[in-house]
Amino acid sequence: MSSGASFLGLPAQALLVYERRNQLLANNIANSDTPGFKARDIDFRTALKTVSTGTVALQPRSSVADGNQRHMSTPSVRSQNFPLLYRVPLQNSLDGNTVENDIEQAAYAENSVRYQAAVRFTDGRAKSLLTAIRGE
Amino acid sequence: MMANIFDIAGSGMAAQNLRLNLIASNLANANSTSSESGEAYRAKQPLFSAVLENTRGVTEPRVPGDSGGRNTAAAGVRVAGVVADQRPLPLRYDPGHPHANEAGYVEMSNVNMVTEMANMMAASRSYQSNVEIMNSSRQLMLRTLQIGR
Repeated sequence: MSSGASFLGLPAQALLVYERRNQLLANNIANSDTPGFKARDIDFRTALKTVSTGTVALQPRSSVADGNQRHMSTPSVRSQNFPLLYRVPLQNSLDGNTVENDIEQAAYAENSVRYQAAVRFTDGRAKSLLTAIRGE
Repeated sequence: MMANIFDIAGSGMAAQNLRLNLIASNLANANSTSSESGEAYRAKQPLFSAVLENTRGVTEPRVPGDSGGRNTAAAGVRVAGVVADQRPLPLRYDPGHPHANEAGYVEMSNVNMVTEMANMMAASRSYQSNVEIMNSSRQLMLRTLQIGR
């Protein structure tokens, strides 16, 4: 992991997890009328641990062509690094769909607020880094 | 690359929009006693199917019966097809009607008004949810762009 990312700390890593979770929840809602669709979600604690320990979360090389050895590789998060779980529905539906729109929307709202909090923390760290650089 | 939230919500909006179009067509043709197929109009319904994201991050259509691997998530929804309602067409006795058969019966369309109206409400609610998702993700992204400003 680059030094910039480690300075921004845990909130910046949590942002990756929140973004992925938002994506999954958006997908659940988009598929709320698809027969047989099973709602998916991630366990935040496990996912954050995967990112922060840096074991598998960051790809060593991006898809950008790096012809020269001195080219820096840009880390990016691959979706399959987060273990996905299935949501257990409160009430089963006849067509086998396990999406409950209200629950997904509540989760989305909660996740968005947490995302904003993480943005705020990251912003604070980035600002103090800028202050240190400028030496004001 | 993996599909982003805008693609996912966009696919949901497109699918619900097609569903609304079909409902409009069904309601408009609720009294059509003939169509290009030769018989009375049959109600049309969309078939939704989840699009899977494979291990390389490339999206592909969902294979029936495949619930996805442990870590494969779907990346949106698509309309796999449009199916016509195969329930029998109701007959109405109306000997003066130009489409009446020898016995004087006319085949009516099998559109159920109540089902279509309920379907319409469900479709517009789902559409709204997707719009909501798109709007709030947009705001989150704009906030993220402001980091360090």
